Amino acid sequence: MTTLLETPPAVVTTPPAKPRGGTAGKILGYALLIALSLLVMIPFAWMVSSSLKQNNEVFTVPIQWIPAEFRVENFAEIWDRIPLWTYLGNSMLLSVSVTVMQVLTGSFAAYGFAKVRFPGRDALFLAYIATIAVPWQAYMVPQYIIMQKLGLVDTHLSLILLQAFGAFGVFLMRQYYLTIPDELSEAARLDGLSEYGIWARVILPLSKPALASLALLTFVNTWNDYMGPFIYLTSNDLWTVQIGLRAFVGLYDAEYAMIMTGSVISVVPILTVFLLGQRYFVQGIATSGLK
Amino acid sequence: MTRTAAPKTRRRTTLIGWSFILPNFLGFAALTLVPVVAALALSFMEWDSYSTPEWVGLANFTRMWNNSTFWVALWNTCYYAIGHIPLTLVAALGFAMLLNRPLRGVGLFRTALFFPYVTSLVAVAVVWNMLFSPDLGPVNQFLRGIGVDNPPGWTTSSDWAMPAVILTSVWRDMGYYMVLYLAGLQTIPQELYEAAKVDGAGRWARFRHITLPSLRPTTFFVVIMLTISSFKVFDLVQVMTEGGPGRSTLVLSQLIFREGITQGRFGYSSAISMVLFVIVLLVTLIQFRLQQRSER
Repeated sequence: MTTLLETPPAVVTTPPAKPRGGTAGKILGYALLIALSLLVMIPFAWMVSSSLKQNNEVFTVPIQWIPAEFRVENFAEIWDRIPLWTYLGNSMLLSVSVTVMQVLTGSFAAYGFAKVRFPGRDALFLAYIATIAVPWQAYMVPQYIIMQKLGLVDTHLSLILLQAFGAFGVFLMRQYYLTIPDELSEAARLDGLSEYGIWARVILPLSKPALASLALLTFVNTWNDYMGPFIYLTSNDLWTVQIGLRAFVGLYDAEYAMIMTGSVISVVPILTVFLLGQRYFVQGIATSGLK
Repeated sequence: MTRTAAPKTRRRTTLIGWSFILPNFLGFAALTLVPVVAALALSFMEWDSYSTPEWVGLANFTRMWNNSTFWVALWNTCYYAIGHIPLTLVAALGFAMLLNRPLRGVGLFRTALFFPYVTSLVAVAVVWNMLFSPDLGPVNQFLRGIGVDNPPGWTTSSDWAMPAVILTSVWRDMGYYMVLYLAGLQTIPQELYEAAKVDGAGRWARFRHITLPSLRPTTFFVVIMLTISSFKVFDLVQVMTEGGPGRSTLVLSQLIFREGITQGRFGYSSAISMVLFVIVLLVTLIQFRLQQRSER
C-alpha cells in the first residue's frame, strides 16, 4: 500500500548518468550549447541593458552592452507615464481567477472522466478533445456575440468566463489521473469513502504535481494573452500589462529606453513565477505530450 | 466492479459521473461547444449587430472567393506555417539532442532555452522589433559586420516582414517543443544505442535508425500542435507589424477579427473562420493517416 501511495514518477527525469562520446566530443558539445544559449539570451540582455540607458544611447554603433551611465531613474519615471500598477493589478486579477477556476473545475471534471464509468462518458470526452483542435479564432465571433448579448463586453468577467472552462485543463488532469492505479480508489470505496471523498482525500493529494503544472501553465498563458484582452477590453482602466505596454509603444514610439523599461517590468512577474515553479511547468508540458 | 452492478447502482454512478463533469461542462458547453456550432451556422447567414439574421446559403463563401484580401491573408498564413513549423521542429529537436546527455548544468541550459517561451509576448515583439530596426538595429549591425552591404529592412519591408515574424516566433516557441522532445528522448532505452554501437553503427546511423523512429509519436504530436498554433497566429503579427506593411503580413485570424468584431460582419467572418477550421482539420487528418500508415 505504501508503494502505491507514492507519487507517480515524474515524466522528465535527469538523463542517464552514463558517459557517452569522448572528451573532445564532450567539450565540443558544451561549447556548442553555451554558444547557442548565449545567442538565445541576447535579446534579453539587450532589453535589460537598454532599459538602463539614456534614450539616445539605445541605438549606437557599435552596440554598447554596458550603459555609459546606469539610468536607474527609468524604472522610477515609467510609473508616471503609464498606470502600470493598474495594468499589473488587472493582469494579476485575471490570471489568478482564471487559474483557480481552471484548476477547480478541471480537476473535478477529470475525475469523472478518469475514474467513474458511465454511459456516454467517452463520447463526451471526445467532444472536449476535439475542441482543443479547433482554433479559437474559428469561434471567437459567436463567443463575442454571446458576451455582447450578456452585456459583458469590456468587463473582466467576460475574459474570466471565456478562459475558466477550457478543455485543456480537463485533458491534462485526466492524463495524470489515468496514471494513478484504480486499486487505490477501489480500496477507498471499500473503506466507505464517497466518490467526492475519494477525489478530495485520495486523488487530489496524489496529484499535487499535476495541479501545480496546470496552475502554472494557465497562469502564464493568461498573463501573456494578448488577443483576449485586445478584443474584449476597451476601457483603459481595465487593461492588462500586455495591452498597456502595446499602447505605450504606440504613443511614445521614439522613447526606446523607456519602452525597454516597460518591457522589463512586464516580464519580471511572470519570470519569477516561472523560476519558482519551473519543474512543474516543464512536467505539465511533457505530460500533455503523452498519449 | 461498476460494470456488474445492479441497474439502480448504475444509474447512481451515472449521476455521480455527471455531477463531477457538470461544473466544467456547463461553462464549456455554453462558451465553447455552442459557439463552435454557431460559427458553422453563421457562415451561411447574413448578420450584423443591427439586422435580423438571414439565411443566404453560400453567398459569404462566393464573396470570399472573389475577395483578394482573403487570398492574401490565406497565402500569408500558409507562408507563416511553412516557415514556422519546420524551423521550430528542427531547432527544438536539435536542442533536445544536445541537452539529452549527462552534462553539468543541464538544468541551467534548459531554463535558458525555455526562457523565451515564458516571457510575455508583447515584450518579445517589442524587443525584436527594435532588434530588427533597419538602420541601427543590432541584427543589421551584425549583418553589416559580417559583410552584408544591404541588409533587409525587416518589419518595414513587405518582403522581409514575414521572415522577421517567423524568426521571432521560432525563437520564442522552440523551448516548448524542446521539452516535448526531451520527454520523448528519455523513453528510448539506452540498450538500443549500446547494441548499435557494438554493431559498429556511427553517430549518424544511430540517430537515423534509432532516435528518429523512436521519436515518431513525439514528432507526430509536435507537428500537429505546431500546425494548429501556426494557423491561428495572431498576437505576434498584431504587435510586430499589425499585418503590414501593406497587407504583407495580414493573416487569417486578423481578417476574422477585423471583419467579425471591428466591422460587425458576423456571417462573412464566420465563413473565413470555417476555412481556417477546415485547413487545420485537413492537415491534422492527413497527419493521422500518415502516422497510421507508418505504424503498419
